Amino acid sequence: MSKDTTITKADAVPSPRDGASGETLLEVTGLTKHFPIHAGFPIKHKVGAVQAVDGIDLTIHTGESFGLVGESGCGKSTTGRLITRLLEPTGGKISYRGRDITRATRKEMMPVRSEIQMIFQDPYSSLNPRQTVGTIIGGPMEINNINPPGGREQRVRELLETVGLNPEHYNRFPHEFSGGQRQRIGVARALALEPKLIVADEPVSALDVSIQAQVVNLLQKVQAEMGIAFLFIAHDLAIVRHFTQRVAVMYLGKIVEVGDRDSIYNRPRHPYTHALLSAVPEVDIDGEDRERIRLAGDVPSPINPPSGCRFRTRCWKARDVCASEEPPLIQLGGNRDGHLTACHFPEEPTIAAREEDIILDPALAAIEGAAEKTL
Amino acid sequence: MTSQTQAVVTDADDGSIDPAAQTQGLGKQAGDIVGFSPGQLMWRRFKRDRTGVLSAFVVIFFFAIAILAPVISKLYGKDPYTLYGQNNSDLLNEFGYPVAPNGGVSSSFWFGIEPGLGRDVFTQLLYGIRTSLFISVAVTLATVTTAILLGITSGYLGGRADYFIGRVSDLLLAFPSQLFFVAFMPIVVAIFVDPQDETPTYLRVTALIAVQWFLGWMGLSRILRGQVLSLREREFIEAAKVTGASSWRIVRRELLPNLVTPILVQATFMLPGFVTAEAGLSFLGVGIIEPTPDWGRMFAKGGDIAQNDITYMFFPGIAMVIFIVAFNLLGDSVRDAFDPKSGR
Ligand SMILES: Nc1ncnc2c1ncn2[C@@H]1O[C@H](COP(=O)(O)OP(=O)(O)OP(=O)(O)O)[C@@H](O)[C@H]1O
Ligand code: SF4
Ligand SMILES: [Mg+2]
Repeated sequence: MSKDTTITKADAVPSPRDGASGETLLEVTGLTKHFPIHAGFPIKHKVGAVQAVDGIDLTIHTGESFGLVGESGCGKSTTGRLITRLLEPTGGKISYRGRDITRATRKEMMPVRSEIQMIFQDPYSSLNPRQTVGTIIGGPMEINNINPPGGREQRVRELLETVGLNPEHYNRFPHEFSGGQRQRIGVARALALEPKLIVADEPVSALDVSIQAQVVNLLQKVQAEMGIAFLFIAHDLAIVRHFTQRVAVMYLGKIVEVGDRDSIYNRPRHPYTHALLSAVPEVDIDGEDRERIRLAGDVPSPINPPSGCRFRTRCWKARDVCASEEPPLIQLGGNRDGHLTACHFPEEPTIAAREEDIILDPALAAIEGAAEKTL
Repeated sequence: MTSQTQAVVTDADDGSIDPAAQTQGLGKQAGDIVGFSPGQLMWRRFKRDRTGVLSAFVVIFFFAIAILAPVISKLYGKDPYTLYGQNNSDLLNEFGYPVAPNGGVSSSFWFGIEPGLGRDVFTQLLYGIRTSLFISVAVTLATVTTAILLGITSGYLGGRADYFIGRVSDLLLAFPSQLFFVAFMPIVVAIFVDPQDETPTYLRVTALIAVQWFLGWMGLSRILRGQVLSLREREFIEAAKVTGASSWRIVRRELLPNLVTPILVQATFMLPGFVTAEAGLSFLGVGIIEPTPDWGRMFAKGGDIAQNDITYMFFPGIAMVIFIVAFNLLGDSVRDAFDPKSGR
């Protein structure tokens, strides 16, 4: 497949924090997850499916941090859970270091289990309230029969120190810690197995804004020092920009645009990426005016997604072909290598202000129009 | 204080730490800071609850006399089987009632003498409590074990297993339990013993345990299923899966510790219920029969003769009321200690 080669070449792009060696660590092709919906009486039967993830391709390289962004409900968490094999894929293929793990059982997964770890969103539900910090962090080593030199307890203390906690908190219980500290415990648990890939599912979105940065910095430090690849799932584009080298934008179970960070943030092509970026509060203030796009309506239901391009119901450029033909994820002319976009009528590669703001929501348009008049 | 606090909270990161943890930090300067487990916190709360502690002592007292019944009766010098009133004609009058006032209470017969047969009431009550508590504890253990097995299986596996267990428990819940006990005790006994033969006591006891267990496990099983359903969605279960934990390990190490609270609370509420149920069955004549001493059967006899000798009813009755009230108060306190938010 030519697509794969393009993605691999993307590493030629100098990455902001060089850590990626360019070797493919995880490769996902056509990954699909449909949650069946059962209903009916007296015998329940399948009446449809939530197409949470519908055929996505992505590649993560060794030591790289890869961002996955998109609106709520677009299937980001599902993708993360498929990769960590918490969910059984409906279709597609996941290969880790060339090894097919799509349908691996728990036993078959064992050798790579320790290498793919996860950091969870909710620091309150991700730690067992009845276990001490020592048990929580040491448990993974016990399960995988890892005996570090100096003993597990010693290793747990080191890990606590690594994540910025007092090693003497070893015998404490989770209820004695704050959200940020709990999340650090979660990070230590993920590190305990010395993984090569960490799936971080919105690791900071449940935290206080003032603490978010500290935890992101910790993750960044860990990523750089230990060379761990990250799949960083978030809806906060500012944090993703801060943390990742490559970014994929998801919409309704599909990847609509993927590329290196600078391409996505400065030269986006897909209308949805434009819309997302325009909704971010000014990240870099360089005096330049940015475009304004306000989308109308909600994300359509993943049970019955629109035909053709899934974004067409909210896209201001949609035409007939968008409804009949699904746009392939390809590299458009003028884009850097590895920057792929799925759109029939892509936007200009700029985020500068347009002559006229795109405000599709009639109510919003009215409000903003009135505001402008009074000015 | 400030320096102590800093010693504990080295992480300036954010937020405060539980005050309980700080006090603990004050106590243990050297070595590790030991936090309080949820269990230890529960114990501390429980100890502050006077009613709870008092009822716990009462309950422990009952269990102690039940366990020590043979020792006590040896020291006391009598047993519950000897027909003292018939061996010594001074004790009972021609109608079979105690000669001495108050049901024959005296320094040698502390709680009086049983009218008719003339047995010692004190040792009968001791052994009666022993029988009843043994049966109730056995029923509680059997029920709790079954409920844990079925409730966790149902909640954790879901699907067909859940459906099947759910329907069976619905069916059993629809049974009128008291009626079932009365109707089925003879049947269960008859399965093992020819109705013509004498039924051995151990068999009656087993049958009593079996019928109560059969209709006793559904409540706790449902509670546990619900708990497991909600725990199963918690991220720490997923975290355990990601590290490669087996289902068995997840049940044992992640789920069970979180189920201890409902199990303990429910068990303390269930046990007194089983005591009264057992007493009721013996009262109705389908439980433990003569000559084995039994708490419930003492009421049956006491009811027959209440008009002439109220004392015989008095001691078992008072003992039962104290026991049930204390156990229920203990149950409340245990629940409050585990879950301080639930209030009273
Ligand atoms: N276990 C499940 N059963 C049925 N549907 C599910 C299940 N898990 C997720 N979904 C559905 O799949 C879709 C994608 O969910 P997912 O959690 O992956 O979204 P997300 O991008 O992570 O959103 P958020 O930003 O809110 O976390 C949603 O429509 C959701 O309702
Ligand atoms: S394919 Fe059509 S509908 Fe889809 S984003 Fe491009 S222009 Fe809009
Ligand atoms: Mg999510």
